[in-house]
Amino acid sequence: MRSLSHRARFLALGITAIMTSALVGACSSSSSPGSSSSSSPILIGASLSLTGGFSTDGQAFQKGYNLWVKDQNAAGGLLGRKVKLVVINDASSPTQAVTNYQTLINVDHVNLLFGPFSSLLTGPSVQVAHRYGFAFVEGAGGAPSVFATHLTNLFDVSLPVAASLLPLINYLTSLPASQRPTTAAFPTSNDPFTQPQIQFAQQKLAAAGIKSVYSKVFPAEPTQYKGIADQVAASKAQVVVLGSVDVPTITAFTQAFVQQRYNPKVFIATAGPDQGTAYVNAVGGVGNTEGVMVPNAWYGGSPNAASKTMVAEYIAKYGGTASGVNADVAEAYSVGQVIAQAVKATNGVENSKIITYLHSGVVLNSVQGAVKFDSVGQNLQATAFVFQWQKGSLVQVLPTGSGATAVQYPKAAWGK
Amino acid sequence: MASFAQAIVDGILGGAVYALMAAGLTLIFGVLDIINIAQGILVVLAAYLSYALSVHLHLDPLLGLFVTVPVMFLLGVFIEWAFIRRLRGRERTAMSLLVSYAVAVIIEGVLYQTFGSTPVTIQAWYATSTLHVFGFFLPYIYLIGFGLAVVALAAIYLMLYRTTFGRTVRATVQDKVAARLIGINVDRIAALTFGIGVAVTAAGGMVFGMTNAFNPDSGYDLISRLLSIVILGGLGSIGGALAAAMFMVTAEEVVNIWQPTWATAVYYVVLVIVLVVRPAGLFGKQATRAQ
Repeated sequence: MRSLSHRARFLALGITAIMTSALVGACSSSSSPGSSSSSSPILIGASLSLTGGFSTDGQAFQKGYNLWVKDQNAAGGLLGRKVKLVVINDASSPTQAVTNYQTLINVDHVNLLFGPFSSLLTGPSVQVAHRYGFAFVEGAGGAPSVFATHLTNLFDVSLPVAASLLPLINYLTSLPASQRPTTAAFPTSNDPFTQPQIQFAQQKLAAAGIKSVYSKVFPAEPTQYKGIADQVAASKAQVVVLGSVDVPTITAFTQAFVQQRYNPKVFIATAGPDQGTAYVNAVGGVGNTEGVMVPNAWYGGSPNAASKTMVAEYIAKYGGTASGVNADVAEAYSVGQVIAQAVKATNGVENSKIITYLHSGVVLNSVQGAVKFDSVGQNLQATAFVFQWQKGSLVQVLPTGSGATAVQYPKAAWGK
Repeated sequence: MASFAQAIVDGILGGAVYALMAAGLTLIFGVLDIINIAQGILVVLAAYLSYALSVHLHLDPLLGLFVTVPVMFLLGVFIEWAFIRRLRGRERTAMSLLVSYAVAVIIEGVLYQTFGSTPVTIQAWYATSTLHVFGFFLPYIYLIGFGLAVVALAAIYLMLYRTTFGRTVRATVQDKVAARLIGINVDRIAALTFGIGVAVTAAGGMVFGMTNAFNPDSGYDLISRLLSIVILGGLGSIGGALAAAMFMVTAEEVVNIWQPTWATAVYYVVLVIVLVVRPAGLFGKQATRAQ
């Protein structure tokens, strides 16, 4: 009995200690995260897919973030403080991305966060940032499922993906009946980035009388693409709208189409053809890129002045041409630009103030163009473009009008 | 009906390519009782070797096999000597999983450092050219893969069952101590067998690299498929690997016609059913060793 009370006393002491430390922790966390005001570098944390299925995009994102950090520091940093980027590899795993953001916040004590690559990883990651009161500015989480969380700390600087194929749909439905395609195929990866785009396009084209002759979802993990692509070829669809997330998928479909001697009038992929040199080399050279389209909000030849500067810096550092610059670089760079403007406007790195500022309806600048957020973090100012590979360059073809190159329709034969 | 026929053709040709990649895995297990988790990354390494020869020395990938096969053989001998030979005792097979995984991680790291993460493919005229037969467009690269698979698997079979070396290998498999007593250098046999298993992978890697965009990460996607093929075929069975690979890819291609998201799942369901009925796989190890 005596030993029990002794134990109880220790227990009470332990509980008191835990509660006291929890109280202290709660008090210290009641102020907004990232609000340190020393002259030490501003730490910005990001989880990126440096290995795994998204590694090409993840590494392009890292280049974009690094370019921005270099430029920002060359311009005196943020509020006179140097900027330091802390990147942790998530190996393309949503679970690892969540762990990484917890580490960045609790172990590295970063002041600000940048987003990861892809909607698949942004969805769970933004939840972590929200829990700790961090603003989550990102460039590759534009799927409707991400915005459906209605988290107030989410800000996507890029184009919301749902309606990204609208310029192509408008173009096809505006063609004279004699030229308008009559059939379309919609193979898509089982991914939150691709499926909304494909469903949207399928509904709109069906409403315009373009019949769907193939519509199947294939697993997101690497699979036997050849058989699926052969089925698409067998459908003889005049338009192929491929829901792809990476270069290997578009490469497999391209190879199978060439092998089956199948050349649709329109071949557009949601991602892959925007990966510049990586895409061109993987599909076997520029001959197999001719006429292939991709929707996006940015391309290497963008007339945006800041974009031109960024592209020149990129080429000076990594080589290549403007068409070879991955669009991920611009998306990442834009994240940095938006954060920089928010930090400057709020005169600090207090995340609660940054969130309020970004929701204020202010219009910001980026290499992708103007940025203005709605209540769920979508960029209302982003314009959907469709780009097409023509003679080895990725050019803007839609919407038609000033600055746009004429659409190559129907697309040229493979290898031309 | 045309779709079904196309799926069968794709399955047989694609299955042969997987058999080519899995042949080394099943040979190494059959002879050495080693589960080589590094097989996937070795396929990718072989693909990168073919890629490098093609891009930097403009060597045709098929001719490049005269370089990559010996290089992979020597690498296999080295891996056996440096890592596998050290494993002793009853836990040897289980430990081989960990050791070969470590080898895979090392090779993956070297590939990332050397080639980066950007996916690449090996280019040659026969990568996209096709033969038009009975209404089917048969890609030359798959026909080449099919031919290489048949030749490689037949060569392994003949080596094991029609040569003096094969007799010493099988004697070692049956009883290492007895093999030593009659003068067989068991360590040498193990090194050569591991080397041959890895050398066969050179051909599989070349075909894989011409039919897929790959990067150092691709090994992870491959190993689960290759393991399931050799398990279904029967660990250690050369013919079983060919049959299982063709079955796996054909099943996937047929299911792809209706619902691609179920294709892989259907294969694994069949795998589980087969293992319940025949725990040693279609052509179990004991049966193979009794040949």
